[in-house]
Amino acid sequence: MPEQKPGQTVVSLRGLHKRFGALEVLKGVSLDARKGEVIAILGSSGSGKSTMLRCINMLELPSSGEVVIGDEPVRLKKRGGGLAIADRKQIDKIRSRVGMVFQSFNLWSHMTVLENLIEAPIHVQGRPRRQCEDEARALLQKVGIGDKSGAYPSHLSGGQQQRAAIARALAMHPDVMLFDEPTSALDPERVGEVLKVIRALAEEGRTMLVVTHEIGFAREVASRVIFLHEGRIEEDGPTSEIFDNPGSPRFRKFIATVQHG
Amino acid sequence: MMDMAFLYDTFVALLSGVPLTLNLTFVAFAIGTVLATLLALMRMSRIKALDAPARAYVFVLRGTPLLVQIFLIYYGLGQFRPTLQHLGLWQFFREPYWCAILALALNSAAYGSEVVRGGLRSVPKREVEAARACGMSGLLLFRRIVMPIALRQALPAYGNELILMVKATSLASIITLTEVTGIAAQLISSSYRPVEVFIAAGAIYLAINFSLTRAIAMLDWRLTPHLRGPAAATGKMEGGSA
Repeated sequence: MPEQKPGQTVVSLRGLHKRFGALEVLKGVSLDARKGEVIAILGSSGSGKSTMLRCINMLELPSSGEVVIGDEPVRLKKRGGGLAIADRKQIDKIRSRVGMVFQSFNLWSHMTVLENLIEAPIHVQGRPRRQCEDEARALLQKVGIGDKSGAYPSHLSGGQQQRAAIARALAMHPDVMLFDEPTSALDPERVGEVLKVIRALAEEGRTMLVVTHEIGFAREVASRVIFLHEGRIEEDGPTSEIFDNPGSPRFRKFIATVQHG
Repeated sequence: MMDMAFLYDTFVALLSGVPLTLNLTFVAFAIGTVLATLLALMRMSRIKALDAPARAYVFVLRGTPLLVQIFLIYYGLGQFRPTLQHLGLWQFFREPYWCAILALALNSAAYGSEVVRGGLRSVPKREVEAARACGMSGLLLFRRIVMPIALRQALPAYGNELILMVKATSLASIITLTEVTGIAAQLISSSYRPVEVFIAAGAIYLAINFSLTRAIAMLDWRLTPHLRGPAAATGKMEGGSA
């Protein structure tokens, strides 16, 4: 794909709705994520933040609305009351450019850490094994588990597993990284090591969307904050302004609860 | 009083049936495994037109004796000889070997499909989702992620299917095949000494199954380092549990 200029839109959501049966989780969400932005997505549980994130790479299919990755609109077709994948190949291609980090790591249990990292680069992107392995080792060094390449996920702590999962996503050379509550499943003493890695990625200028409850982390690392409430974006602005001068009373209340609760 | 010299001679005579016993076992097992996987995928397809026939197949094949199935295929299909000749299949069904293979494979597939299905169902959804998020789908996803995890899960139980298959091949002696039990039957009819002959035959089956059990355990051990502690995973087999 062509080189992206700074400020170029990497992910664009337009009028996204998502219904689970009678429950409407997203009620018209629109968002442009530009290259280099680190967007923290905040909101109480059930506000739809994870669903919104999962709609970006179609792990959840929106009920209506449009998703554009880079300059490529995701091709969806109408089926029943919602939308279905129209072009499986396009989805696979888009997913290989969008890195995803899950709350519970989701590493492949039967593969070593190194094998986890080279699996998709080799078999999805068709890159040579040697190159993938060298790169994977460098990535593991970078996230601080260079000595764990031969270990199996079950032999690692939660923090190490999550760092391996981040490295797995990076191994695909993604245009954008999605983090779905990356520290929520970790022991408190392990949270810091994972946040440190995410912070380093932010400093590299990577485009990232991070669903998180770590409000201190959002304040420190994110360039932009989005606050979701009951399926709608209620606040959206630069981190520096939004915390000092929150427009919405609900967001003000949310910050107060999370910080002192 | 047992005649040791006779026992020894019998044992040597029965050994000549081992190649056919193993041949029946592995050929039928291989075909049965492919069919079992297809049946399991049909059961899990959530498509009624695929699920219902697979369900019925498993119900019928598990609910009737293997011996009856062998008789039906070997003797029963003879009634349809003109049709089978017309279809060019008679060459195949006139051979007791192929009838035995077919019956054993069809029967094993019915039991095996439930084991395979259990293995496929045990694959964590989260790991499949991670693969999808990396751009994997369809056959690639099945081959690289779903199958390897399901195989590891199903292997111990599927090993039982192999053991059952070894024992089931003895039924092929009924349709004239001279595998171990077939030879045993011949020896008894000429010697009238069933005790020595069946003890020797039993010992041979036991030895085969012992070797296969060990082989499966070893394969299982090789495939599941992630289920052991970090030290045992990198150590030698003798050092770990087996």
